[in-house]
Amino acid sequence: MHEQVYWNQEIETKPRAELKKQQDRDLRALVNRVYDNVPFYRQKMDALNVKPADIKGVEDLPLLPFTDKSDLRNNYPFGLFAVPRKEIVRIHASSGTTGKPTVAGYTRKDIELWAEVMARSLSCAGVTRDSVLHVAYGYGLFTGGLGAHYGGERIGASVIPVSGGNTSRQLTLLQDFGATCICCTPSYALNIAESIKQAGIPPERFSLQSGIFGAEPWTEGMRAHLEKMLGIVAHDIYGLTEIMGPGVAMECKAQQGLHVWEDAFLPEVIDKEGRQLPEGQEGELVFTTLTKEGMPLIRYRTHDVTSLTSEPCSCGRTHIRMARVRARTDDMLIIRGVNIFPSQVEHSLLSIPGVVPQYQLLITRQGNLDALEVQVEMDPHLISDTVRDLEALRDRIVHKLSEDILIHAKVKLCQPGSLPRSEGKAKRVMDMRNMD
Amino acid sequence: MVVKQVCVFLENTPGKLAEFTKMLGDKGINLISISIADTSSFGILRAIVSNPVETLKIIEQAGYTARITQVLAAKVPNRPGSLAEVLDILAKSGISVEYLYSFKRNLTEDALIIISTSQLYEAVQTLESNAVKLLGHEEVVQF
Repeated sequence: MHEQVYWNQEIETKPRAELKKQQDRDLRALVNRVYDNVPFYRQKMDALNVKPADIKGVEDLPLLPFTDKSDLRNNYPFGLFAVPRKEIVRIHASSGTTGKPTVAGYTRKDIELWAEVMARSLSCAGVTRDSVLHVAYGYGLFTGGLGAHYGGERIGASVIPVSGGNTSRQLTLLQDFGATCICCTPSYALNIAESIKQAGIPPERFSLQSGIFGAEPWTEGMRAHLEKMLGIVAHDIYGLTEIMGPGVAMECKAQQGLHVWEDAFLPEVIDKEGRQLPEGQEGELVFTTLTKEGMPLIRYRTHDVTSLTSEPCSCGRTHIRMARVRARTDDMLIIRGVNIFPSQVEHSLLSIPGVVPQYQLLITRQGNLDALEVQVEMDPHLISDTVRDLEALRDRIVHKLSEDILIHAKVKLCQPGSLPRSEGKAKRVMDMRNMD
Repeated sequence: MVVKQVCVFLENTPGKLAEFTKMLGDKGINLISISIADTSSFGILRAIVSNPVETLKIIEQAGYTARITQVLAAKVPNRPGSLAEVLDILAKSGISVEYLYSFKRNLTEDALIIISTSQLYEAVQTLESNAVKLLGHEEVVQF
């Protein structure tokens, strides 16, 4: 285990009782602020007959209304800003799958806060002033690139704003600039690893020690795969545009969950009915932004599935941990009445030697029944010369899937490189049923 | 007495085989013998080439999944019954054949049968002790 490097030791190791007192204070201030400045929240609270004075501390969260993505859309573009627009120094937007983008507005202090939590997060992965940080998250309206950038600059690392795309140039820069840490989505990291292998570049040409991957769910199996292929320690980083961007939570070197920076972001986990769940139980992750000024949110439903624990962590940080997000509540597919998450398929595939975790789910409707075809790429080194062996491999996959996801799926073995590659978040599901 | 065969995984969709063989042609790889095993969704192309190790590198760099496997090349008289005789010898020794294919290239009396079996060395013993001539890789290339 490497030596622990805290960015902000005082806050990161603050005793939980003190953290809570600070949260109580900040929550009271927040509720007053939004009640006074955001008509949307005043109306919602009035409708529930809740006054800011009713909120004494964190225990009173259940009295407050939830916020959902549709609330952001209905108040597009700037309806949820709590400050005059001229106080907003940055506007980000994330592409919605339907209709209008989701907008986030930041004051100068918000940008500072973001850089602070990102600096903490990068430090969890061992990034220091001496590091060379290769940022391959997209720069632009997407929060990934600029988030990592400001955090890296705050630390004083040498930051390379590569953004996404042009993989062969990424490989050149990784070697020539000697990046020690790479930030990108896990599916893009996989593409980079494959390109290195394909190009036959010896691993000694790279100086990578760590990777900070996020913006999409990824499995432990994928982590092991990436760590092996790139010779790094791979960390999960979590965030979402509405709450801040990347840096809301970060996995430390213990790799036992992600610390939520709860002096800034107050987490809860709820069940389908909106009731708070105790620690250890899985449900939907909800955040309240305690100190954001520009667009503070109360009990924002993330649609991500996780559980929380405040058990002590070996890294010494006292901030609550969330389990790696294995799925979004809306990633879930329903095929023949069975709930399936694409990450379950990834998990099954990674347990079978002979396939690489490049896959696509093709869902069609045949007659009255849903049909699932899992297309998966062959591992270049494990092809056999007999049809029998390949059919046995395919049957093993079919069998494993039917055990794991309870559906008999058709499996199609594909040539390496034949499935579409992503530069950002991987699109794993082609649901043709909606096209009718 | 074993011969190196290159095996390539191909999807069984229109154009994939053409695309692959064009790549071979462009890279200057000459096929001495070729066979394709097919299922409804994929095929395995098996080929004897003059430089299998070099060819494997080229194929992999072109993005295909391939490997080298070992097969036997039995030289038999080019007349009815030759194949049956060889298979009989193998069957009597309990050796199971995975697949085979054959070709004839020169103007002599002989044909070559390429045989794959998981019991490679037992097959070599049995065939040679039954006076079946097995060729090495270079001899196959020159055949």
